[in-house]
Amino acid sequence: MKIKQISVFIGNKKGRLALVTEVLSKANIDIRALSLADTADFGMLRMIVDDPDRCSAVLKKHDFVVQETDVIAVEVTDTPGGLHAILKIFDENNINIEYVYAMVEKRKNAAAVIFRVEDQQKAIDVLAKKDIALVDSDSLKR
Amino acid sequence: MIWNKQYESLASEDLRKLQTKRLQNIAHIVYTKVPFYKKKMDELRVKPDDIKDISDIVRLPFTSKDDMRNVYPYGMLAVDQKEIVEIHTSSGTTGKPVVAAYTRNDIELWSEVMARTLSMGGAASHDVIQNAYGYGLFTGGLGVHYGARKIGANIIPISGGNTKRQLLVMADFHTTILTCTPSYSLYLAEAAKEEGVDISKLTLKAGFFGAEPWSENMRKEIEEKLRLKAYDIFGLTEIIGPGVAAECENQDGLHLFEDHFYPEIIDPATGKQLPVGEKGELVITTITKEGTPVIRYRTRDITYLEPGVCSCGRTSRRMHRLLGRTDDMLIIRGVNVFPSQIEQVLFEIEGVEPHYQLVIERIDRLDDLEVQVEMNENLFSDKIKNLEKAEQNIAHKLYSALAIHAKVTLVEPKTISRSEGKAKRIIDNRQM
Repeated sequence: MKIKQISVFIGNKKGRLALVTEVLSKANIDIRALSLADTADFGMLRMIVDDPDRCSAVLKKHDFVVQETDVIAVEVTDTPGGLHAILKIFDENNINIEYVYAMVEKRKNAAAVIFRVEDQQKAIDVLAKKDIALVDSDSLKR
Repeated sequence: MIWNKQYESLASEDLRKLQTKRLQNIAHIVYTKVPFYKKKMDELRVKPDDIKDISDIVRLPFTSKDDMRNVYPYGMLAVDQKEIVEIHTSSGTTGKPVVAAYTRNDIELWSEVMARTLSMGGAASHDVIQNAYGYGLFTGGLGVHYGARKIGANIIPISGGNTKRQLLVMADFHTTILTCTPSYSLYLAEAAKEEGVDISKLTLKAGFFGAEPWSENMRKEIEEKLRLKAYDIFGLTEIIGPGVAAECENQDGLHLFEDHFYPEIIDPATGKQLPVGEKGELVITTITKEGTPVIRYRTRDITYLEPGVCSCGRTSRRMHRLLGRTDDMLIIRGVNVFPSQIEQVLFEIEGVEPHYQLVIERIDRLDDLEVQVEMNENLFSDKIKNLEKAEQNIAHKLYSALAIHAKVTLVEPKTISRSEGKAKRIIDNRQM
């Protein structure tokens, strides 16, 4: 199943990222996974949070441009080759990855990795066939 | 050297008589041949016969850039189209540009005033003139070309750009005169250093620089770096192209070729003519041009007429180098750009809100335009490549509409200030 990711546009200006974390902190929103990509002109913050709808609302209130996107979070065994096993499946099934980043926390004996792929439903199906577990949104709530 | 001693050194009474006769003639022509002017003159209840003296010019209507656009493409024509031999348009406009159409006599006139211009810097038949103004619809390239040809100089029609080749030609062909925008001349000087071209071995003696504003400081720098004498030249497509006014060896104001282009300085707010020495908007009437004559064209350029007569032997009045604009027109690498044109391009791109800011810098001697566009939800995507594509798309559209290379940067919403409802759209950091 898919989970919701929050993407935030971060302009190339001092203190913008800190403002995002301040807003989330005041709204008592927990960041579970995060990636910050940057170009010469701007940054892109992608997050998995415990309450995406509220997160999106509070950021918009502070004039941030925010988008909610579906991504999949895959449980990966926390051993050498764990991530590779997943990527191999995607490769064999011609699933192109747009970007990938890891969850902040370690879950049980497994790590969780966030994937944004071109064909999300196909990715979910092939992973299901291989009995690979996906993280659901309920487990992200506190 | 004075190219046309007879006309450039007329006694003031003779000049006045000549201007009066020519103005009467052109008023008659536009009234009978150009419906646009007949209408304007009828509205002001002025007839060609009301012009008894050149000072009666104040009775004639003004012409604005918009007026000229409104009758695009051929509404300004005062002759049969078969008399036209060449057509140019103004640079950097979206939609409808201003059209200048030249008869054979107009090309001769243009050659004459440009020969006068180049002669002011000592150009003669033995000179090698490297013409790095752009050839094409832009009037810079061909204007210089015709003048140089009239003089019989060696013209190298190299056009703009390709800096390495410019330097190679400059050294190998023993260029003596360089014509280009002032900022490009400095760019060439820096590039020469990088390319290991020894400027002290070059044979440059004069440069004619125009199409963008510059300053005395820039002149000093250009003269030191390129070891030539730098002359300021002025012109505009609506009037003829380059060749409206130019500096003589005294470099003390630009001599107006007023036997062809009659200058006035007006108060831009009231339209009233101002006396010599007072700063205001430059207004020019073409009193001899046949193809697209223009009556009292409001240039939007701010300057004043220099009092006194120049010691060079020319009697023509001189204008001070340009002091600014009455509108928000920007000149970026010689291309005229209005913020409203950029706004229009942005407005036509789906998903882009016309909240923008222009930041202009001079980097490595060349103007650099950054267009900052506010991000919004329609434009946003979680994929970086989509955002970069959006930036490129906007830059591409600006280039196809305005012929300017702009760097487009997406910025956060509401970060472009909207003070008193009017956004501060232009940050010009160029040090002239």
